[in-house]
Amino acid sequence: MDAITDNYQLIVISFATTILLFVFASIGSLLLGTLLVAMRVGPIAVMRRAAATYVVLVRNTPLLLILLFFSIAAPKIGINFQFVRIIIPTGWGDIRMTNAFAGAVVGLTLYTATFVCEALRSGVNAVPIGQAEAARAIGLPFSGVMRNVVLPQAIRAGLPPLASTQIALLKNTTVALSVLVLEAAYALKQLLDANPGDRWWLLAVFAGIFVVLVELVSLISNRFERKWRIA
Amino acid sequence: MTAQETVPVSAGKGEPLVVLSDVQKHFGQLHALKDIDLTVTRGEVVVVIGPSGSGKSTLCRTINRLETIDEGTITLDGQPLPQEGKALAALRAEVGMVFQSFNLFAHKTILENVTLGPIKVRGMKKETAEKKARELLDRVGVGHQAEKYPAQLSGGQQQRVAIARALAMEPKVMLFDEPTSALDPEMIKEVLDVMVDLAQQGMTMVVVTHEMGFARTAADRVIFMADGAIVEENTPEEFFTNPSSDRAKDFLGKILKH
Repeated sequence: MDAITDNYQLIVISFATTILLFVFASIGSLLLGTLLVAMRVGPIAVMRRAAATYVVLVRNTPLLLILLFFSIAAPKIGINFQFVRIIIPTGWGDIRMTNAFAGAVVGLTLYTATFVCEALRSGVNAVPIGQAEAARAIGLPFSGVMRNVVLPQAIRAGLPPLASTQIALLKNTTVALSVLVLEAAYALKQLLDANPGDRWWLLAVFAGIFVVLVELVSLISNRFERKWRIA
Repeated sequence: MTAQETVPVSAGKGEPLVVLSDVQKHFGQLHALKDIDLTVTRGEVVVVIGPSGSGKSTLCRTINRLETIDEGTITLDGQPLPQEGKALAALRAEVGMVFQSFNLFAHKTILENVTLGPIKVRGMKKETAEKKARELLDRVGVGHQAEKYPAQLSGGQQQRVAIARALAMEPKVMLFDEPTSALDPEMIKEVLDVMVDLAQQGMTMVVVTHEMGFARTAADRVIFMADGAIVEENTPEEFFTNPSSDRAKDFLGKILKH
């Protein structure tokens, strides 16, 4: 128990970093995933194929490899995030958002966006074709059909799988341990190494905090589901 | 309310508005539209009838290019239908369409269904669009339902909203693709009443329907289709009392007996 009470500052800082990773990658993946699904169901064949290829390639690659790519390989070809350097000092230690953090956000975004795209595509398939036809018939261009009619309904229909992608994202932030972002899993590993006698407590507390955080995401999803329920 | 507000000027009545010439369409092996030549003049009400699978819905849907055609030309008010993109969208705004399955936007209120096109396509101000939408909804008799969602309305009410939604764009021509086929008998009447009203006010209409009563009351011309081709066209009076083709006699024999 001492490992937890003595190190609560580290635990709080590391979970704050986890939450920041999640928030940035969540916003990024929802935007990119929406763009991808619009390309995939759109009228331009090249765009459809490009989006489909992207989904196949990125979704089928292990997340760990994608994060290692941005950490080790990408800098060699001139892609790096050295320009990102936000350090938030707190009384309990710094929250560091630097190149490793930014690389992890980008990797998580690119990876999660493929799942968001597919969740939304299942939602798009659930929207009756007549909805899009009626929207086209009043003269809306493709972008207007998607924005005003198809996507709002697709998001509703795809909300449960969409929430699953965000839950997976929240837990996948732990993979950022591999590129040395001081998020929850990294802190856990440090604490386990230093306090082997408390390993059960440490694992239980970290797991417990994740359960609570994921439950928050579920609650938000359920809230939207109720709010958007069509009368 | 008065007719002049939403119905295009009936000046130029009799000029060709929609012209299909030598239109061909295939669905795989099926020759869905064969050598279609059809001219709809301004202010004219054309009723298209025929057995299932005769191509009448397909014909209707080619006029705003919800179905593409393989050969031939379609012009609207002298302009050929554009292939894709903004030009096509602009053309579709001029052609109102009413579907068999209503297709009201399920996530929008009745009022929002009617104002979406005027606001997003015509760039109309929200207040102006809403005022106009309420007038149209009153005209089709569902003004008091404006704040509800489509699923809360009966089929007949939904279809009347769909007509109001199409009218809100002030179209040059209205296409009706079996507008009453999904409705109960008592709801059919309320929808047909609105359509007859529209016809009497001079709207150019192409109506695919099985409602022979409507054809007799409102049509200027009846087109009979079978197997993808126009077999016969005539005034309703002539067509129903004295059909010339065997195919039409056979069809009328089947539907008028009951």
